Amino acid sequence: MSTPIKDNIAVEKLIVSASPHVHSGMDVPRVMRDVILALVPGVLVGIWYFGLDAARVLLLAVIGCLLTEWVMARLLGRKSPIGDLSAALTGILLAMNLPSGSPWWMVLLGSLVAIALGKAIYGGLGYNPFNPALVARVFLLISFPVQMTRWVVPQGLGTPLDAATGATPLGLAKEAASLGKPLAEAGLPTNAQMLLGDMGGSFGEVSALALALGGLFLLWRGHIRWQIPVGFIGTVVLITGLAHLLAPERYLSPLVHVLAGGLVLGAFFMATDMVTSPVTRRGMLIFGVGCGLLTAVIRLWGGYPEGVSFAILLMNAATPLIDRYTRPRVFGGQRRKLFEERG
Amino acid sequence: MKFKGGIHPQYHKVTADRAIRAMPLLERYIVPVGQHIGAPGEVIVEKGQEVQRGEPLTRPAGFVSVPVHAPTSGKIKKIDMYPHPLGRPQLGIELIPDGQDTWYEGLKPVGDWRTLDADTLRNAIRDAGIVGMGGATFPTHVKLSPPREKPIDLLILNGAECEPYLTSDHRIMLEYAEDVNEGIGLMMRVLGVTKAIVGIESNKEDARLALAASRPANLDISYELLETKYPQGSEKHLIYALCGRTVPAGGLPMDVGVVVQNVGTAAACLEAVRDGRPMTERVVTVTGSAVAQPENLLVRVGTPLQDVIDFCGGLDDHTGKIIYGGPMMGMVQFELDSPVLKGTSGILCLREDEVSQFEGGPCIRCGNCVDVCPMFLVPAQMGVLVERSRWEDLGDYHVTDCIECGSCAYVCPSRRPLVQFFKRGKLEWREHQKKQEAQEKQEVQESQL
Amino acid sequence: MLVPTAVLAGMGLVAGLGLAAAARVFAVETDPRQEKVNDALPGANCGGCGFAGCADFAAAVVAGKAGPADCPVADDTARQAVAAIMGLEVTAGKRQVALVMCQGDDSVAKPSFRYNGQASCASADLLGGGDKACLHGCLGLADCQAVCTFGAIEMTEQGIARVIPARCTGCGKCIAVCPKHIISLIPEDATIHVLCANTDKGGAAKKACDVACIGCKKCEKAFEDDPRITVSDFLAHVDYEHAPTDPSLVDTCPTGALVFRDMRNFDPDSPRERS
Repeated sequence: MSTPIKDNIAVEKLIVSASPHVHSGMDVPRVMRDVILALVPGVLVGIWYFGLDAARVLLLAVIGCLLTEWVMARLLGRKSPIGDLSAALTGILLAMNLPSGSPWWMVLLGSLVAIALGKAIYGGLGYNPFNPALVARVFLLISFPVQMTRWVVPQGLGTPLDAATGATPLGLAKEAASLGKPLAEAGLPTNAQMLLGDMGGSFGEVSALALALGGLFLLWRGHIRWQIPVGFIGTVVLITGLAHLLAPERYLSPLVHVLAGGLVLGAFFMATDMVTSPVTRRGMLIFGVGCGLLTAVIRLWGGYPEGVSFAILLMNAATPLIDRYTRPRVFGGQRRKLFEERG
Repeated sequence: MKFKGGIHPQYHKVTADRAIRAMPLLERYIVPVGQHIGAPGEVIVEKGQEVQRGEPLTRPAGFVSVPVHAPTSGKIKKIDMYPHPLGRPQLGIELIPDGQDTWYEGLKPVGDWRTLDADTLRNAIRDAGIVGMGGATFPTHVKLSPPREKPIDLLILNGAECEPYLTSDHRIMLEYAEDVNEGIGLMMRVLGVTKAIVGIESNKEDARLALAASRPANLDISYELLETKYPQGSEKHLIYALCGRTVPAGGLPMDVGVVVQNVGTAAACLEAVRDGRPMTERVVTVTGSAVAQPENLLVRVGTPLQDVIDFCGGLDDHTGKIIYGGPMMGMVQFELDSPVLKGTSGILCLREDEVSQFEGGPCIRCGNCVDVCPMFLVPAQMGVLVERSRWEDLGDYHVTDCIECGSCAYVCPSRRPLVQFFKRGKLEWREHQKKQEAQEKQEVQESQL
Repeated sequence: MLVPTAVLAGMGLVAGLGLAAAARVFAVETDPRQEKVNDALPGANCGGCGFAGCADFAAAVVAGKAGPADCPVADDTARQAVAAIMGLEVTAGKRQVALVMCQGDDSVAKPSFRYNGQASCASADLLGGGDKACLHGCLGLADCQAVCTFGAIEMTEQGIARVIPARCTGCGKCIAVCPKHIISLIPEDATIHVLCANTDKGGAAKKACDVACIGCKKCEKAFEDDPRITVSDFLAHVDYEHAPTDPSLVDTCPTGALVFRDMRNFDPDSPRERS
């Protein structure tokens, strides 16, 4: 006979908790790791086109974010959350949203803003209302418009530090429109070039193909739902498509709108940021459509050539409201009125 | 039909092939007075009294109440507070067996259920102390007494056993197929329904075959295989999956003309009527990686936890958790004397390294919980409300409709103790409601003055 | 330039007159004393009186539904001031402070298991009454600290709650949230306390915690007649209406559950209290 359990089990060592007692094994670092993994193709293509300068920006942003995270945790007396990889992810996303020629101080300042003002002051991961990387990007865009729009012309891995600069495809189109020139003379890259990423822009946003690949990986892993990217890109295609149909000489084709600029990066990686997007499926669809609507409006009729960041930030602000009004109907529940009085 | 939401945990049904074995008589039993939902019975025996197996130890106190019975013949040592599986000590009766295991002579077969009337059957079921054996422990005779304004046309038998690890219902359906079928017939007669459906998860096809093979003639019972998905055994979801009816939020199965019973309960009802035997034992799956020899055991009600586990060869030195029930909804145990109850379907022992610990990190709003919630709630937001003590807002989020299945916590990447949040939230929300009602009443009174 | 200025000025005039008129017509009659009472109150808005904040309480005082002494936070001066405004007599109430009736911290109380879950006493209490072998003791998960608006409760390093009397206003919020019901309001000048809430039999209590009251009645018997400490349910209770004062009483207690603590000179950092 084996040992009776009263001799080998110390009751005070037993763990007591509420149910359930098993878990799927998914945790926050694993989610973040998967997202980082999904960004690898986009990052590699960026480095391929913009050279080691892009890698420099990436490294600076990641280090800056991790450092800020650590310092803020120290200052606010919290347990250091570096292990959850969310700060590293913010750093990568911020870098991908910057021109490869960004000066070092601007990258570090951006990292500081992203983590400190974009996240930590709200209470850390989970409590920030706005996408931290985008808060930093928009902050930099407004504060340093010149540096933030010095787009390096991609010349491959060996792109020199003082490389020639040019405009992004969307910038070229906007400029042509303001000068009254037809779009055909704007000097846009070919669609194939844009698909692969051979164009001016933030170093991580250029290759629609590589980014979409990563996005599909996230969809397959279940970390993002189709509602946001499909709603986002679909709406942009719909509106720019209509505009293009009505006035093809003034408005770019929807294909260019998808391939050029930060739409794919935004739709798969920025708008889908869990903390700042809705939790319900219907809410995600509304959120995606809203992002698409705002992006299209800014691109077509706004002062900036690009509108993805602004659109996502604006929709971030609407997330609590969307969540509130898209709660699913409880199993066996009555149909709820949209604006029900709170009882 | 399939219900939306739910999860696919690892099933670990390692004891599925192990035949039910009876445990030998022990040196003592602790029979808690309260083993069911509702008022515990009144004790009708005294310290030092000799009792026989099956002799009632308590008398029901009210309609929603059943007696408990002596698990064997012997002498009552003490009536005192004892460890109870629900956590806090409760009144229990300690019995020292005399080793004879003689049955109480007051027990007589009630007769052939095919010829008895509904009231006689119901009374026999109550007197036998039968409660829902799936774990909810609601007195069976109450469930079999639907009010006149709720006509019942369908009896559903729960053989889903969707909890990982557990195999007790599976073994009962295999080894006692005839008793289960007859018990179903008995319940159909009590309810006056002509149709019954047994719902079985697709990983137990052999159980469906066994039941179908022994189906009594003249009874309209069908045996349906269901998708293997947790929580398939939840009453509301079982009903939806089997007949497409949706129990209204806050309602009961009888609101849609259905009564749901566990398959083991059906067999127990038959024994009570055919043999006059009250509920003094049940099948318990003793399992988990920390148990030396996992088994399906026939255990007397009142058997202390340590005796069951010792019979199964003892525990690993690094045992982290002992659970009554399954890993999704089971109750943690921390007293080795905690006795097996009528509702104890399994004893699950997990090694410390495989226990998933809650960490209570912040909600990252990933939405996984919203996707899996079979009640279509928004656990993410409810959890935050509980953390901020915003009890008054919880009703708006239908916290009382939470069935505590644990699917949300299972998928939460921040490992938040969501079920614990909602158990607390339900209590506080009801408290808040009560306060508000009292306040309104007072205001009405003041305005009348 | 002139026209728009005139238009704006005109609009401003009309709106201003309208507001002035509305203020006259729809004016709500308030007792002028209400504002004075409100000013005299501490303004903590803690809700300890049972009303929704100080303004609501002031209205209740003016309406005669509450008295000056019903504000638990106000000191004597403030109560006198309120009473003077209302023309009332105020019986000088003793200042009361909260006291946690448990000293069963991790160094003396036995654990019953390892708790894993929400860091909240009330939630932990639902799981078998918490992780202490004593079902009556402080769980140390700081529900009381979280509701205290005055920062008057701290958690000791050994994991139980302690009130800092100097900061306590006696609002009673901590008393309401404690699932173990072991926080009481006591007169500030009382010095002898039974810091235990265990009503189990002596043996069981002692097994669960080294400093439990075992109900031995030695303190009760120290009084010749008219005992100021009485034992019921295996637990000694101090009669705070007639609080005992003799520090030597503490020596009658075999477990250390009976303690001497002067609330008016309580130093949480003194080595004696740290131990």
